[in-house]
Amino acid sequence: MACEAWREKLDAYVDGELAPSEASALSAHMRECAACAAEALQRVQMKRAVAAAGKRYEPSAQFRARVAKSVSTKRRWKMRWQWLVVAVPAVMVLVVSILVNLSVQREKALGRRVYSELTDLHVAALASATPVDVLSTDRHTVKPWFEGKLPFTFNLPELQGSEFTLLGGRVTYLEQTPGAHLIYQLRKHRISVFIFPEQSGQLTQLPSGPVSALSFNLQSWTQNGLRYFVVGDVSADDIQALSKLLHNAG
Amino acid sequence: MEVPDQRLPAATFEDLALPLFDQLYNFAHWLTQDRVEAEDLVQETYFKALRGFASFQAGTNFRAWMFRILRNSFLTTRAGLKATVAYDEEEHEADASASGPTPESILLEQANREILRQALEELPLPFREILLLCEVEEMSYQEIAETLGIPLGTVMSRLSRARKALRGLLQQKLRGERHGV
Repeated sequence: MACEAWREKLDAYVDGELAPSEASALSAHMRECAACAAEALQRVQMKRAVAAAGKRYEPSAQFRARVAKSVSTKRRWKMRWQWLVVAVPAVMVLVVSILVNLSVQREKALGRRVYSELTDLHVAALASATPVDVLSTDRHTVKPWFEGKLPFTFNLPELQGSEFTLLGGRVTYLEQTPGAHLIYQLRKHRISVFIFPEQSGQLTQLPSGPVSALSFNLQSWTQNGLRYFVVGDVSADDIQALSKLLHNAG
Repeated sequence: MEVPDQRLPAATFEDLALPLFDQLYNFAHWLTQDRVEAEDLVQETYFKALRGFASFQAGTNFRAWMFRILRNSFLTTRAGLKATVAYDEEEHEADASASGPTPESILLEQANREILRQALEELPLPFREILLLCEVEEMSYQEIAETLGIPLGTVMSRLSRARKALRGLLQQKLRGERHGV
């Protein structure tokens, strides 16, 4: 083929639009023909120069943002739905954790109030000239004494073989609810046992388990609808031992 | 035959259109030669394209479709009408046979890029736009044909004329510069 015919195809060649067979034929021709090779080089140079000169104008950031916003309704809706998928559980977790936190706070506040009231009762009873109204080491005396004074009944443990001694009991009040206040002795320490009906007010919300309040050790549990509190300045182990005796008797 | 469109999860308009933003703006600025008009043109293009997106046929060339909307919008503006009025391609073929250093070798120097920019600006619109689509956007002939709404054969002949015209204009300018200085 003559150079003239090849020159017709040079544009398509440099634009990468020539069929592969023709392109390789033209390549072969240019290895032989310096004039056509120089012409092809010129066109490639011009292409590059125009490409460089033509990439000239850049949109401003504000304009870009404006257009992006004007066409983004769809995505924003999609985003909103995607957000919901994330946000709804997140909000739920937040709400639940706030509620849990609040109830924990309330429980703690309730716990603090009840425990400090019980320790007050304990301390007040010990400081009193007559700490107990029924003075007896015999549970068979103490228990019947409460009959007619309290709207519930309970069992007291046999203490033989343990280090604990029953000193007596009295009627006491917690949150306007009457309950039994028993006093036990361990070595020189005195321990208070409080028994209240569970359904009285907020006691149900109080967690069970050992607590340490104002340097008193305290154990609390629910049994047969009754709430037991064991308070004393003895060790947590001793409190636990007496709790166990009471629990087994109840 | 109806082909259910299940191959791809439907791409949203903005997923397809926003990546073309810089290119469309550059092209619009070259057509209008003015920042504000270019912005209006691009804005209008996105607006029209978004509205007409339902009619865009999946599988066809989205870039060519967008450029075509932009170009058609431009042609309806006053500047666009002026640029295309009574334009005869043949008339604008400059004489590129003059002797002297080739414009290409001179354009290798950075300092002469400004001359090329001026020449591109002075080129008649049909030549300017086809060169931009081919060299800057690196569109295939097929894409150019779709964008400009002309047959493939016309793409090749117009591109050839555009290159000759640009070359002639450059030689004119380079000669003038030399004589002038």
